[in-house]
Amino acid sequence: MASTSRWAGLGALAVFLAVLPQVLPNNYYVDVAVLAGFNAIVCVGLNLLIGYAGQISLGHAGFFGLGAYSSAILVTHYGWPPLAALLAGALLVGLLAFAIARPILKLKGHYLAMATLGIGIIISIIINTEAQITGGPDGIAAGNFTLGGFELKGERAWYWVIAVLLLVTVWLATNLVDSPVGRALRALHGSEVGAEVVGVDTTRYKVLVFVVSAVIASIAGSLFAHYTSQLTPTKADFFKSIELVTMVVFGGMASTFGALVGAAFLTMLPQVLTVFEDYEPIILGGIMMGTMIFMPRGLVPTISAFLTRRRS
Amino acid sequence: MTLLLVEQLGKEFGGVHAVSDLSFTIKSGTIHSIIGPNGAGKTTLFNLITGIYTPSSGRICFDGKEIAGRAPFELAQWGMSRTFQNLQIFFNMSAMENVMVGHHLHLDRRFLPSLLRLPGIARGDEKARDISAELMRFVGLEAYVKAEAQSMPYGALKRLEIARALASKPKLLLLDEPAAGLNATESREIDEVIEKVAQSGVTVVLVEHDMKMVMGISDHILVLDYGRKLAEGTPDEVRNNPVVVAAYLGGGAAP
Ligand SMILES: Nc1ncnc2c1ncn2[C@@H]1O[C@H](COP(=O)(O)OP(=O)(O)OP(=O)(O)O)[C@@H](O)[C@H]1O
Ligand SMILES: [Mg+2]
Repeated sequence: MASTSRWAGLGALAVFLAVLPQVLPNNYYVDVAVLAGFNAIVCVGLNLLIGYAGQISLGHAGFFGLGAYSSAILVTHYGWPPLAALLAGALLVGLLAFAIARPILKLKGHYLAMATLGIGIIISIIINTEAQITGGPDGIAAGNFTLGGFELKGERAWYWVIAVLLLVTVWLATNLVDSPVGRALRALHGSEVGAEVVGVDTTRYKVLVFVVSAVIASIAGSLFAHYTSQLTPTKADFFKSIELVTMVVFGGMASTFGALVGAAFLTMLPQVLTVFEDYEPIILGGIMMGTMIFMPRGLVPTISAFLTRRRS
Repeated sequence: MTLLLVEQLGKEFGGVHAVSDLSFTIKSGTIHSIIGPNGAGKTTLFNLITGIYTPSSGRICFDGKEIAGRAPFELAQWGMSRTFQNLQIFFNMSAMENVMVGHHLHLDRRFLPSLLRLPGIARGDEKARDISAELMRFVGLEAYVKAEAQSMPYGALKRLEIARALASKPKLLLLDEPAAGLNATESREIDEVIEKVAQSGVTVVLVEHDMKMVMGISDHILVLDYGRKLAEGTPDEVRNNPVVVAAYLGGGAAP
C-alpha cells in the first residue's frame, strides 16, 4: 500500500531539498534551513518513538547534547577524528538509552515521561557544571568536521550534507514503519496486550525504538557540534526537549513528513518572531495546546485526511 | 492428548477469589466451552492461561510445559493465541495490518533488514498480505480487506480479532465471547467460523453466553460459578445436570 506513496514522498522531498538553496537569497537563510534540517532529522527519529510507538520522551535534547558534547570533547581535548568521535558518542548514547529504557519501559506513560525528563535534566546539569571539559555555559568549539583530507566548511556545503542525511533518515524511517518491526511498534501503540498475544515482545520493541531515536539524536548532535561555531548547553536543555516534542506533535504524530513540517515550522518561527526568545515557553505551550485542541493528530495528517475526504 | 492442564488454579484480587481451586484438562482437537454467569471468573481464567495474570496458586501446563512466569508473547510463540471480550484492536492501523501483526512470529523481523527494506522483507510482507487477505475471507471479512480498523463496525472487529489470532497459527485458540453484541445471523456465521477453525486442527476454548452456540458446537463444557467448577461434561451431560440447571441455566435459558 504505502510503497508507491513512499517513493512519491521521498522524490518530492528530494526535489524540494535540491531546489531550496537556489531560491534562498543569502547564507542567512541557508543557515536557517540547515538548522531546520538538524531538527528534522532528530524529529523523524523522535516520531518513531512518540508518533508510531506511542511512547514519550522529554529528554531527547539530552541525547542530542550528549552526542554533541562527546564529539566536541573528544575532538578538542583528545584529538580524535570527528567521525570516530561521532561513532563513540552514538555508542555511548545507545548504551545509556538501553540501560535506562530496559527497566523504565516495562512501566507505562508517566513513568517514562518522568524518567526521560530526569535524564535530560541530569545531562544538562552535568554539561553546565563540568566547565573544565565542557566549557560550561560559555560552551565549546568543536572545529570543522574533517574526513580524510576533506574539510566541511560553509553553510552551503553543510546544507548538502544535511539534506542527504535527512533524505536517508526519512528513507530508513519509512522503511522501518512499513516493515514487521514498524507494524509491531504501531501495534503496541494500539494495544499492548493485543500485540503480546500474537507474539510481539512489546518491551523489546519499546527499548529498540527508544535506543534508535536516541542514537539518531546523538548523531545529529555530533554533526551539529561541528556545524555551530560555539556549542552551548542550551542545545541540550529541557526547553530544547520540549521544542522537539512540540515539533513532532504539531507536525503530526505517526507521520514522518509531519515531523519534517513541524521541525521546519518551529525552526523558522523564532526568525520571523523576534519576541520568540523571551516568550519561548509560552509560545511552545500555546502551540502544543492549540494542536491538541484543534488538530490532535497534527498538521500533516489533518490536512491529508481533509484532502482525501474532499476527493472522495 | 492433553494440550492444556490446569491444576488447583487460584487467583485473588485483594480478597476477591476470582478463580479458586480449579482443575481441568483440555484435549487437543476439541472445542471446549467455558460458561458461567457474569463475574464467574471466565475472563480471569483466560488471562491466567495466556500469561496476562500470574496465578496466586496452582499451575498451568501448555503442551507439556509449565507456563508459570511466561509472558504472553512467549506463550504465543508456543502456539497460544486469543481474542478479547473488550476489543484489543490496533485502531491506528488498517484491518489488513492488524492481521499482518498476527503473522509477526512467522516473518523475518530483524531490525537491519527491516530498516533497509531488503528484498526478503518486501517479499515476506507481500506473502503476509496474501495470507492476511485469505484469513479475512475465512472469517467473512472480504468486504473490509482495504478498510481502516477504526471505520469498521463492532461485529466485524470481533472477526478481525479472530483473523489476527489465527494468523499467529496457534495450536490453542481462546475466544472470549466472540458473539457478544452480534445479532442472530452474525452469531450463526461466527459459529461456522469456529467450527471451520476446529476442523483445521486448532483446539478452541470458547467463552460464550449464547447457549445455543455453546450447546451446538462444543465437545466439552466447563461450568464456572464464583470462580469454582460447578460441573463439567458433554453438552448433554451439562444440560441435564440438575445443579447447573438450578444455579445457572435456570428455567428458560436451556434450549
Ligand atoms: N483486574 C482485576 N482486579 C480486580 N478484580 C478483578 C479483576 N479482574 C477480574 N476481577 C474480578 O474477578 C471476578 C471475575 O471476573 P471475570 O471478568 O473473570 O468474570 P467473567 O466470568 O469473565 O464475567 P463476564 O461474563 O461478565 O465477562 C469479578 O468479581 C471481577 O470483578
Ligand atoms: Mg468475561
